[in-house]
Amino acid sequence: MSAGVARPVPAAADRALQHERGRGVLPGVQGAGADRDDEICRRLAEDLDGGFAGLVEAYGRIVLTVAARAAPVAEDAEDLAAEAFLRAYRALRRYDRARIRQLRVRPWLVTIVLNASRNARRDAARRPRTDPLAAGHEPVSPTRDAAELAETADAVRELAARLGSLPAKQRVAVVLRHVVDLPLSEVALALGCPEGTARSHVARGLAALRVAYGTAGARQGAPASRAEEKRRSDR
Amino acid sequence: MSRLVASSLEEALRGLEVRPSRGFVDRVIARFAPVAGPVGELYVAWTAIGISWVEVASPGGEAAFTARYRERFGRPIVRATRPLPGLAAAARSGRGRRLAYDLTGLAEFDVHVLEATLAIPVGEVRPYAWVATEIGRPRAVRAVGSALGRNPVPVLIPCHRVTRSDGTIGNYGGGPALKEALLRAERVNLDELAALASSGVHYVGSTTTKIVCLPSCRDVRRVAARHRRGFRDLAEAGSAGYRPCDRCRPGLRRSA
Repeated sequence: MSAGVARPVPAAADRALQHERGRGVLPGVQGAGADRDDEICRRLAEDLDGGFAGLVEAYGRIVLTVAARAAPVAEDAEDLAAEAFLRAYRALRRYDRARIRQLRVRPWLVTIVLNASRNARRDAARRPRTDPLAAGHEPVSPTRDAAELAETADAVRELAARLGSLPAKQRVAVVLRHVVDLPLSEVALALGCPEGTARSHVARGLAALRVAYGTAGARQGAPASRAEEKRRSDR
Repeated sequence: MSRLVASSLEEALRGLEVRPSRGFVDRVIARFAPVAGPVGELYVAWTAIGISWVEVASPGGEAAFTARYRERFGRPIVRATRPLPGLAAAARSGRGRRLAYDLTGLAEFDVHVLEATLAIPVGEVRPYAWVATEIGRPRAVRAVGSALGRNPVPVLIPCHRVTRSDGTIGNYGGGPALKEALLRAERVNLDELAALASSGVHYVGSTTTKIVCLPSCRDVRRVAARHRRGFRDLAEAGSAGYRPCDRCRPGLRRSA
């Protein structure tokens, strides 16, 4: 399995380098995203409440997608995402300005929403359920007609269900890397593991999904070549 | 057709992204605005669910208000750029019934008390015992007083319209003077109500319709003085052949 090769655990020096990359200090590695992170954190440090709308607007998509796809719970994904942002706010109230400016904000938010979903599931397990499972969120494109939309929705549901059956670490890794497009350094921070381990979680998750998706893909069109897939997954 | 089929697994995964709905940011961040109330200015805060906190404007102003809000709710709050529809009219007229409230975090009992209180019309008052009866807890009169004392949205949910049955106005979070000012601004005739109570009259009936009301019920105001008859309690009115008013619902609920 070519995509599943785990790299050696990075040495301390490598970790420091990754840290710099993630901060956007090294040019050309990871430009715009990190610059935006820094700008948002700078505004938060100046005016927590005034800057918070910027945080929600910039990362609502990431937090909500993680809530819906990586950490599915019975409750509404937007409720969970809103709850995660409120937890983030309560934590930020206790941080001093320097700490807010230093924040690796995307992996930090992802960690919060994953914790929030763990708590929500634990609470739900203590209470008997009375309502049916909430329907998942489907992205809707207004240009597609109803039949196409239904077909797309089916495909999305199917892939989301397959994703949901992966082991937790692989599922979270795949969602962070390939659904919300976080750099591998931030996937590693969110998972609390070295970058090589994160890469391995991503690759194994993809490989498991590909087994199922390959058959569905063959029905509908030519699947991408192995080499191409490898390139994408290592991007 | 083929554009529907993602050419690779990675592309299909990108399609699993979920975008927040338009109002998502309002589910996180509360808004507030100063609003002209019946007696001076109010600060009103609301979430996506509804109004969650009201204070009578005080020295220290907005900064102190938002600081207390953050401390209590742990939620960011910013000044609203657009007014909440219906808020200005409701604050001016004292008709808070058409507004939505966010009472998240309150005990169920408190929510029931506030819901019953919200139904009290402008210019009328109800005894604490009336609220207790309305929510099906007729013995919980003191608890009703405590719940009203915790009202997070005073003036709009009119806890000032709940008064003591002895004719005095009772306690108020903002002080009894404010309670009296709010009631007088609504043209509640506090002096007449106190005079009736001190002469032992807690209910007023109409000799023509044989309907008995609480003294501040708007239906009583339409009864000519010569057709009014006072009662100490509902039993006395009942034995005289009077039935309770459907509007102000003195005494037990019909279903109870």
